[in-house]
Amino acid sequence: MLEIKCPYCGKRSQNEFSYGGDADIKRPELGKEISDKEWDDFVYFRKNPRGKHLELWHHVAGCRQWFKVSRDTSTHEIFKTLKLNEEL
Amino acid sequence: MIQKYRLDKGGFIERNKQISFSFNGKKYFGYEGDTLASALLANGVHLVGRSFKYHRPRGFIGAGVEEPNAKVQLYSGAKTEPNAVATEVELVEGLVAKSQNCFPSVSFDFGEINNFLSKFFPAGFYYKTFMWPKNFWYKIYEPVIRRAAGLGVAPLKPDPDRYEHKFEYCDVLVVGSGPSGLASALAAAKNGARVILAEDKSRFGGSLLTDEVTIGNKKGKDWADETIEQLKKMPNVIVKNRSQVFGYYDHNMMVMFERTKDHLQNPNKYTPRQRLWYIRAKEVIASTGSIERPLVFGNNDRPGIMLASAAKEYLRVYGVLVGKKPIIFTNNDSAYDTAIDFKKNGINPLVIDVRKDSESTIIKEAKNLKIEIRFSHAIANTKGHLRVNSATIGKLNEKKSDFQNLEDVSCDCICVSGNWTPTVHLSSQSGNRLKFDENINAFIPNQSRQNESTVGSAKGSFSLKKSLEEGFNKGFEISNKITKKNIKSSIPTSNDRSNDKHDKFWCMPLPKNKNYKRCVDFQNDVYVSDIELAIREGFRSIEHVKRYTTLGMATDQGKTSNLNGLQLVSNIEKKIVPEVGHTTFRPPYTPVTIGAIVGREVGKYYRPTRKSPMHLWHKKNNAVFVDAGLWLRPRYYKQGQETLHEAAKREATNVRNNVGICDVTSLGKIDIKGKDSAEFLNRVYTNAWMKLPIGKARYGVMLREDGVVFDDGTTTRISENHFHMTTTTAQAVNVLAHLEYYLQVVWPELDVNVLSTTEQWAGAALAGPNSRNLLTKIFPDIDVSNEALPFMGFKEANLFGVPARIFRISFSGELAYEINVESGYGVFMWEKVMEVGKEMDIEPYGTEALSTLRIEMGHVAGSEIDGRTIPSDLSLDGMLSKKKDFIGKRSLDRQGFIDSTREKIVGVVPLDKKTMIPEGSHLVQDSKASLPNPKLGHISASCWSVEHNNPFSLAILKDGKKKIGEKLYALSPLKNKTIQVEIVSSHYVDSKGERVRS
Ligand SMILES: [Zn+2]
Repeated sequence: MLEIKCPYCGKRSQNEFSYGGDADIKRPELGKEISDKEWDDFVYFRKNPRGKHLELWHHVAGCRQWFKVSRDTSTHEIFKTLKLNEEL
Repeated sequence: MIQKYRLDKGGFIERNKQISFSFNGKKYFGYEGDTLASALLANGVHLVGRSFKYHRPRGFIGAGVEEPNAKVQLYSGAKTEPNAVATEVELVEGLVAKSQNCFPSVSFDFGEINNFLSKFFPAGFYYKTFMWPKNFWYKIYEPVIRRAAGLGVAPLKPDPDRYEHKFEYCDVLVVGSGPSGLASALAAAKNGARVILAEDKSRFGGSLLTDEVTIGNKKGKDWADETIEQLKKMPNVIVKNRSQVFGYYDHNMMVMFERTKDHLQNPNKYTPRQRLWYIRAKEVIASTGSIERPLVFGNNDRPGIMLASAAKEYLRVYGVLVGKKPIIFTNNDSAYDTAIDFKKNGINPLVIDVRKDSESTIIKEAKNLKIEIRFSHAIANTKGHLRVNSATIGKLNEKKSDFQNLEDVSCDCICVSGNWTPTVHLSSQSGNRLKFDENINAFIPNQSRQNESTVGSAKGSFSLKKSLEEGFNKGFEISNKITKKNIKSSIPTSNDRSNDKHDKFWCMPLPKNKNYKRCVDFQNDVYVSDIELAIREGFRSIEHVKRYTTLGMATDQGKTSNLNGLQLVSNIEKKIVPEVGHTTFRPPYTPVTIGAIVGREVGKYYRPTRKSPMHLWHKKNNAVFVDAGLWLRPRYYKQGQETLHEAAKREATNVRNNVGICDVTSLGKIDIKGKDSAEFLNRVYTNAWMKLPIGKARYGVMLREDGVVFDDGTTTRISENHFHMTTTTAQAVNVLAHLEYYLQVVWPELDVNVLSTTEQWAGAALAGPNSRNLLTKIFPDIDVSNEALPFMGFKEANLFGVPARIFRISFSGELAYEINVESGYGVFMWEKVMEVGKEMDIEPYGTEALSTLRIEMGHVAGSEIDGRTIPSDLSLDGMLSKKKDFIGKRSLDRQGFIDSTREKIVGVVPLDKKTMIPEGSHLVQDSKASLPNPKLGHISASCWSVEHNNPFSLAILKDGKKKIGEKLYALSPLKNKTIQVEIVSSHYVDSKGERVRS
């Protein structure tokens, strides 16, 4: 069970959080004309790398804030956690 | 009565507290402080079980967690426990144990025929033989093999015991209380760290319990006792015995299994049986010790053949002689301790040492005691069916490839030592890549990936001096890192007679023309010949050899067998061990009960139960409840001998004809505030929200980005920038997370706040043609006429002094209202409505009637919004705004979604107008078509239509709208039903929706 540092609450056990996928994915702007491929990439395609991954987590059983986690997907090492408006 | 193998003195057992117990139906006696194993050995019982595959008689090999053979079944009935390890079971009065894996008894076992046929059961036998014919596997092979290879029997009744979970945090977790563990814990604790010291056994001290050593002029055991006392008094230390740290998980999450009850003679009623600890440790020090390796020789698995260290432990801790005519068989010095202990207790051991000679102090001591030693000798084979009674001994030739002058020497036990294997399981689980230590011929921890370090013999440091040094130093170093303090403890002096040189020769050759079985893995019944066969058949990776032969698998995790197996593979392959590598060690290190893993989350405590404020009223009024997610909701209110079906029909009819009241508190409610709230709803819902007037509600549908319907509900504009959203009961939690995601991650520029208010409001739906009459009486001060409070209208009002919200919304399709009050007034509201409604015969209705009403109206719910349907499948096309974008819109023109033949919602009526169609039935064209019969759709929900007085179902049917009027079949193989049906509109009642507006 991972120990994740919520940028708002501090270190908490993984079971307080839920995973939210790749943090680099940007939703296409509303109303903007985009190709099928761009839309499919947004909805379906993810990189799933082995190694460093910037991802979203949601502190559901805590402050209910979404935030970013830089984590190694194979070792589970967490390098940094950030608020959404912060950059690595 | 007499324990023939018990010494008059010595050991840490209570000789004045005799305990009786039963093993395989026979009564025996032991003492308090015994394990089941030590008590049986005190009575001369070595035979405890049968081997896994060949049913060979087996005895004790170890004295602790390393024991591979002595798996027993404890007690009977609900309390029964399979696969208990006899060396770990503490003796209590009335303990009942029996051998496993034998039939009809351990001394006469039919399965033993496998042993005589063993050449037909080599490694991989099952894989090769039972492949054909295919259906024989289920019917014949598997049941027979299961019975023959059966380990213990699982209890069939619920576990009567109580189990607990505990969460704990510490700076340093020290695993193992041997010399290095005690030293680490003491040094870290004195330097201010918060320490947990965990010991698997009931007694602290590890090797200090059995070794003749001194620490700081004290006997080793006394030093251990004093150190424990000292630690227990410190407020920053938790000391736990009977506690196995069995798993090393991510970010130093350690899981520990504590045995809290079974050893107690008179436990309290509420004492938990076991406790599972989740410990988040900043640092872990593994002082897990080492386990002696067996030597491999012909028939080395007979009862009476055990590890020399185990024999020493039985003697020193329990005052038990494992035999009176012992042979000690070794390739190193450590076994001489055992020989000397026998000698000092008046027993003459014979030592067989594969080495040419040795000059260490301990061997001199043995020689001085006139112990007979035969150097350059080895055991080639043993004899004795249910207990070893002789060993065939010979002189090894120069190359150690054969024997000279073989002779049989009688004995009643053989104590073997093939040197020591560091217990590296935890380090390995932590991601530590182990390295091979040539000196000790075993793997030791290398660089750790987590905050973990290893000290003492777990790291290959077999001398006491080194263990203590490492412990004190590591304890200080690590605590200093955390506490920044500098309180150093001095390292006490110590003496031991160690000499860790050993002969790397461990697998005895077979004498010419002999084909003795030489066991490598006792628990999994793997022999030298099996490993040789696996390699001959082309298995090279050690992971493949492991799976093909089962070497090192199951509960044992190769504690005594792994290294010997590895060495054998490397010998055959002519590789060095590190090239072969080692298999992965997996948690748990020792078996853990399911009860401990589950803890208190059993039965109705498996998850929380949510109840509405009106729950007790429902209960008092004969409600029969149903689980709706976490909620308990009234399914129906039983009158007399009514069935569910009858009650639902009565309640639904009353709504259609009169007025009913339903508890809708469980619906998700979300308060939405902020100046961009309308804009936000406009993006989240598929329909338009900007122009919703204040005081009006609107029905909305939400999609996922992939276009699939996510949830639906009504949202009301309370004021300009304040909305009240409702969701389905099932999706309430997910909808909130969904909204938060878009507000925080995607559109942080929107000024909107969302908050769950599900539990802040108690809700009641009043439905039926009489509901307005009722409402008039409840709210006499306000105008609730159709003009003042039209369909989808909203009003704030006063319910006999209590602030209330009235929404004119309807799920039943009738004229209906929903009243919300603060939760604390829920019962007041409910009782007032019932009181006022009495004269018009109001009746409460449950979820079953609620379903009936919505199904015959064709309103979709969770069984249609099933994560596969898009709006047009559910006839919700009208809800899709063409003027604006919204979540999931872009997906709706995907090719598969615009296919006009997609499965769509329809109504289904059985032709006989009598037979209820089981939910989940498949709709097919031809009921007799050959399988697989092409499926056109499925029945999503069924009810007895109270309006038409016949069964009615909703279905999701391929090209459904075009099939209205057609006749199909509904097939339910589960219920064995074939029903001819007609496809109708999904709006079976009031298809124009006039009633809700009336
Ligand atoms: Zn938080």
